[in-house]
Amino acid sequence: MFWVNIKRVVRAGFVNFWRNGFVSLSSILVMTITLFVIGAVIFILATLGSSLNDLKSRVDVNVYLAVNVPEEEILSLKADLERLPEVKSVGYISSESALESFKQRHANDQSMLDALNELSENPLGAILNISANDPNQYETIANFIKSDSGLSSEKEAIVSKVNYDDNKTAIETLSKIIVSAQKLGLTVTVVLVVISIMIIFNTIRLAIYTARDEISVMRLVGASNKYIRWPFMISGIMYGVVAALITLGIFYPLTYWLGTTTANFFNGINVFHYYITNFGQIFGVIAGSGVVLGAVSSFLAVRRYLRV
Amino acid sequence: MIYFDKVSKIYSDDSAALSDVTLSVMPKEFVSIVGHSGAGKTTLLRMILAEEKPSAGTVFFESVNIHSLKKHQMNKLRRRIGTVFQDFRLLPNKTSYENIAFAMEASGRTDEEIESDVPHVLELVGLGKKIWSFPSELSGGERQRVAIARAIVNQPDIIIADEPTGNLDPVNTYDVIQILKKINELGTTVILTTHNRGVVDSIGKRVVTMENGKIVRDDKSGKYSL
Repeated sequence: MFWVNIKRVVRAGFVNFWRNGFVSLSSILVMTITLFVIGAVIFILATLGSSLNDLKSRVDVNVYLAVNVPEEEILSLKADLERLPEVKSVGYISSESALESFKQRHANDQSMLDALNELSENPLGAILNISANDPNQYETIANFIKSDSGLSSEKEAIVSKVNYDDNKTAIETLSKIIVSAQKLGLTVTVVLVVISIMIIFNTIRLAIYTARDEISVMRLVGASNKYIRWPFMISGIMYGVVAALITLGIFYPLTYWLGTTTANFFNGINVFHYYITNFGQIFGVIAGSGVVLGAVSSFLAVRRYLRV
Repeated sequence: MIYFDKVSKIYSDDSAALSDVTLSVMPKEFVSIVGHSGAGKTTLLRMILAEEKPSAGTVFFESVNIHSLKKHQMNKLRRRIGTVFQDFRLLPNKTSYENIAFAMEASGRTDEEIESDVPHVLELVGLGKKIWSFPSELSGGERQRVAIARAIVNQPDIIIADEPTGNLDPVNTYDVIQILKKINELGTTVILTTHNRGVVDSIGKRVVTMENGKIVRDDKSGKYSL
């Protein structure tokens, strides 16, 4: 009997869905808009996240070393720095390559090159380029290098300059921007999702409101609450599934069209590639939201009319 | 089988829909309840279906207090009562067949029973050719016959018919009453409310007359007398 009942409520749900064509259509439209908002939020967060990561990775601190420091000492300092938990990576630019890139930067400045040629030896020291896990941690790292306790006195002697103070304002501003962008993104997401859920809930409630007389008739012929409720929930779930498929369908050409724009403009990801590579997860979130929203809204809406 | 013990229903302080009604209905009886609008006929029937709770007194269905039942027991009780209303109360998105099948599904009947009983019962009320019609495609008389078919398909112990002929023309009224009489002759208790004099006089069975929430007459083989 259990399976017979399952079969019956599922069939009734499908039949209701089909015969109440107009109600189903409008519910699906509203649900599609809701899921579209949720999907758009996913893409915006992904783009924002990758742009922020890109910006973060561009922030770094250079440790300029004194001229003519032996390479072993530099490498041992590099190893010390890499041991710090705040440090993500340390790049080593030897004095030769520092000179090389200096020459390249000033390739059009003949007087500068002439001046450089006058010198018998390389005037530039090696550079250690430090990237932190978080822009907020540069101050700690810079202080560590400058403080007495941080490095042994021989190692301290080889450091000629840390450019953190020059970059300080820029780094602090950037940190603030990143933190507030993340907060703003989260707030906007929560607000949009809450609004969407309220709209979808009200739409389904109205759809079921039109069926309240039917529900009273069903109760009158002795149908159990479950037997009345489930066909409505099946219909609600179907609204969610159909709306999810439509939404995913819309995103395909949309992200394709926007892909290169986002990749260039935000210096971040190509949303089309993001959509294709994360399709499973995006499908799960959108279809899952649709199914849960449809089922829960229907459940709550029918419950109203099942109270004696 | 149905027993009202000093039942009162008060909606607001100055008006009582039922006051101190005591009434018993025997198995296989055909009872017509007559009275003007607002006399309390419908309230009385809604009490049997537990759609209304009495303000005072008790309603028994075979010695069980209807209003003490839990929800799932209530559903079981309702499956033993067939209901027919003035406004038909069919499910608009279901065909005649599906409307009747729904009542059978609700009481847990098998698919085989449904497939054999539904066409049979539609034949019985003379709608064998309208099995797949939706309510909107049927006339008033046809809709009421679908409603009666739905009411009798589970072989209930009792049929409650609230003004079943109120929206019908004389010919359909006659047909519907004949069907109810036939059901009663087959052993089902029928409680009918009406204010149609012709209907009551043609049945020639017990007539309970109500006025202002009270029973004023109870005749074993009565006529309409208001």
